[in-house]
Amino acid sequence: MAEIPMVFILAGLAAYTVLAGADFGAGLWTLLAGRGEAGHQAIRHHARHAMGPVWEANHVWLIFVLVVCWTAYPVAFGSITSTLAVPLFAAAVGIILRGASYALRGQLEGAAGERPIEYLFALSSILTPFALGTVAGAIASGRVPVGNAAGDLVTSWLNPTSLLIGGLAVAAGGYLAAVYLAADARRFGSRRLEHDFRARALVSGGCAGAFALAGLIVASYDAPLLFAGLTSDGGAVMVAVSGVAGIATLLLVWRERFGLARASATVAVAAIVAGWAMAQRPRFLPGLTVEQAAAGPSTLLAVVVAVAGGAIVLVPSLVLLFRLFLRGTLDPSAATDTGTPSPPVAARRAGRRRLEGFALATLLIGAGVTLLAEPGWLFALGVICLFACAATTFALVTTGPDQQA
Amino acid sequence: MSATIAALGGVFTSIDQEYLFEARQMQALSLAVHIPLVCFGIAFPAMVLFCEWRYLRTGDMLFRTLARRWSKVMLALFAIGVVTGTILSFELGLLWPGFMADFGDVFGLGFTLEGFSFFTEAIFIAIYVYGWDRLRPLPHFLAGIPVAIAGVLGSLFVISVNGWMNHPAGFRMQDGRAVDAHPWSALFANGYFWHEFVHMYFAAFIVAGFLVAVPYAWGFLRGRRDRYRRTALTVALSAAAVAAPLQVIIGDWAAREVAQHQPVKLAALEGLGQTTRGAPEHLLGWYDGQEVDYGIAIPRLLSLLAFHDPNATVQGLNTVPVEDQPPVNVVRLAFQSMVGIGMLLALLSLIYLYVRLRHKRLPRSRWFFRAVVLAGPLSVVALICGWITTEVGRQPWIVYGIMRTSQAVTGASGIPIGYGTLIVVYLGLAGGVAWLLHRFSRVPIEDHDG
Ligand code: HDD
Ligand code: HEM
Ligand code: HEM
Repeated sequence: MAEIPMVFILAGLAAYTVLAGADFGAGLWTLLAGRGEAGHQAIRHHARHAMGPVWEANHVWLIFVLVVCWTAYPVAFGSITSTLAVPLFAAAVGIILRGASYALRGQLEGAAGERPIEYLFALSSILTPFALGTVAGAIASGRVPVGNAAGDLVTSWLNPTSLLIGGLAVAAGGYLAAVYLAADARRFGSRRLEHDFRARALVSGGCAGAFALAGLIVASYDAPLLFAGLTSDGGAVMVAVSGVAGIATLLLVWRERFGLARASATVAVAAIVAGWAMAQRPRFLPGLTVEQAAAGPSTLLAVVVAVAGGAIVLVPSLVLLFRLFLRGTLDPSAATDTGTPSPPVAARRAGRRRLEGFALATLLIGAGVTLLAEPGWLFALGVICLFACAATTFALVTTGPDQQA
Repeated sequence: MSATIAALGGVFTSIDQEYLFEARQMQALSLAVHIPLVCFGIAFPAMVLFCEWRYLRTGDMLFRTLARRWSKVMLALFAIGVVTGTILSFELGLLWPGFMADFGDVFGLGFTLEGFSFFTEAIFIAIYVYGWDRLRPLPHFLAGIPVAIAGVLGSLFVISVNGWMNHPAGFRMQDGRAVDAHPWSALFANGYFWHEFVHMYFAAFIVAGFLVAVPYAWGFLRGRRDRYRRTALTVALSAAAVAAPLQVIIGDWAAREVAQHQPVKLAALEGLGQTTRGAPEHLLGWYDGQEVDYGIAIPRLLSLLAFHDPNATVQGLNTVPVEDQPPVNVVRLAFQSMVGIGMLLALLSLIYLYVRLRHKRLPRSRWFFRAVVLAGPLSVVALICGWITTEVGRQPWIVYGIMRTSQAVTGASGIPIGYGTLIVVYLGLAGGVAWLLHRFSRVPIEDHDG
């Protein structure tokens, strides 16, 4: 039971790395598109638009990870956030800047000020994953002791392991984005863009691989416990899976099989997250196992129930969104004329009197009961009457004759 | 398991944080930035859907144009709401790790549930806004409904947490630690939660309605009164006007709940130094540590309002030591501003409703439209003042009567740097949003046969 929420957290983390990571990567490519030429303009335009409809949903995975963590493992959460205040604050600022510049950019098409906003977007797309990567590195290398800001505020995240994981996070995002964007470019039938993103995928994929390898080597000195975990049992299996999937992706991109490459890139990233978890198990923070960090049984049960219930709503919704998104239904170019109005319905007059009566009655009952009754069912009824009164009055006010001034 | 936490919990108590005040300011600033956006998250989807529904019912293209234009603004504000809300989630951990470590297991569930409603909202808002012209009319309309529901549920879940902080329950204290947490009953069987939720829900319609009405009222003053603007103004203004008068009744309910559950907060709201039978209500004035100076006293009104009995005894601030009292003047000023503004907004709304229902037209007076232009910003002031009343009135407790804010604060240094950075970032954000809304208003209105 104590470990189930941790499974949720890891699943959320993997989803965030894969989905939001690709969004961050798209930001990276808007920066590295270079200057001036039309082709590069197209890259930027493409990198921005292809991520449009889904970024908010992708972002919520991070919220999910945070809230499950603080509910199910409160002491560990407090220890992490207080010791790692610096990178977490940097990530938070990166997230605001990124969201804001994203919202602004959509409106900026060609206006003055587009350039700086573009840069702000790109830089925050690098800052955020890097900072979050250093946080992961700090936890993985056992630098976050239990307690209120008990660890070192600087070296906890400014150390070889953290830096490499930060770099890995940026490179992996760029890689994922390039693969997705190449596939999109094919969908839009743009050969040149497809080609460009293929090249970028190969380069960034190589970088991500290099960071991962370097991280493994550095960890053997800098974080021996982590290294031991990554090179034995489940940890080793996952590292191997990730490596194989990573190489397979590079080959698939090389052969221009982007659809499959998408899938294997996802496997490579998810395997890193799983490998990290297995390498640490059962340690959460130094001297604190997952079992010890867990909240009481009714809280854990509540989290499991909430997540299960939430999943019932969430999974079909996500499937719907990604189906529409991947099929291109939400693309700017997919607009068709669906705006044909249905024949006008003659406005009803007869009901109006009755509505007025209803509004007045609910007002009197609602006001009377809420002013006089004690809290209880009767009181609740009064509040419901007030809601009904507001809704009816709204209907009356907005549906009358034209509002000639 | 909980026994282990209890043993570890000791590491989290009592840190001497030099910058506690800045930490509180930082939290307050972030909340004050987030909360007006939340109002749009709650009320705007309902307004947009209403317009689309009218279009589906009547085939009037004007309503479609309106829904479509508003939905773009809705998406942009949602994006800003998302990032400012994310800052808040980070801050809870960054600034108040003691609070999270000790009580995360009691109230965290509220945020977990909130997370799911945001998920749903983010998914369907994307489908809805990007789906114009791409989905058939009815499916498109239906895609908007989860947005409206999720916006309301999201705020319901967060407010359940705030209700819990103000009236904690659902756990036992043992050796200074919370054990035996029962999150469902802590959050949702809490008597302090419902008035906060309903009051906030109405506030959301007041704020979103008046703010959306501002540009159209401004246009009216400049002589732009075509059918599109008349309709937009009517929908927005009506949303606010049906809520504002009722808000007074609900505010009275809120005050009675405060009187019952947080007598010291009530005493601070009213500046009541001594426990008094048949207590008077003071308007304006200044609390000097004993009583209100220069205020206008209305005999027995406080007892009447708080307990519906002119002779009821109202507990004074003197019943608790000074270090357990909130900063009285801040709370009092905030409370009086909210109530004052609330009365004015209710009056304006009644005028509007009267003219609209009685004469079947919009008001004609220029003063009315000037008042609407003012009502937008004022409603935001009332909103923030209301939260200052609730939150500062809760001080010095973060969990009322159980944990002090000073026990919850982080031991990390550098709070002033973070605070400064955040101020700069928010100023930039505010500038960006203002510019964005300006751009939206400049997009020419498409043809809609009318
Ligand atoms: C547009 C916004 C708005 C308006 C016009 C009013 N309020 Fe309000 N008020 C709020 C917005 C708000 C709020 C921001 O939404 C608060 C903060 C916490 C809460 O639950 O609602 C609040 C809190 C709040 C509280 C404290 C509740 C607590 O601590 O739990 C009281 C006693 C009142 N209000 C009373 C009133 C009265 C008597 C009003 C009459 C005119 C009024 N409010 C108008
Ligand atoms: C400490 C307090 C708060 C925290 C930690 C918080 C957290 C968040 C987060 C993380 C988001 C973004 C969700 C997403 O990614 O889609 C968000 C948005 C939102 N929050 Fe808050 N929030 C807080 C206070 C409030 C309050 C007081 C309310 C309501 C009264 C509220 C209602 C909403 C709503 C409705 C949204 C949806 C976004 C929108 O429509 O603008 N939040 N909040
Ligand atoms: C419903 C969600 C909310 C939650 C969970 C919440 C939580 C908190 C927390 C944890 C603190 C810091 C601890 C403390 O000072 O006691 C705080 C302080 C504060 N909050 Fe809230 N808050 C919420 C809504 C709001 C909103 C919408 C505002 C709007 C302005 C607000 C205004 C403040 C202020 C002014 C303080 C500082 C109080 C002081 O230091 O005197 N809160 N809140």
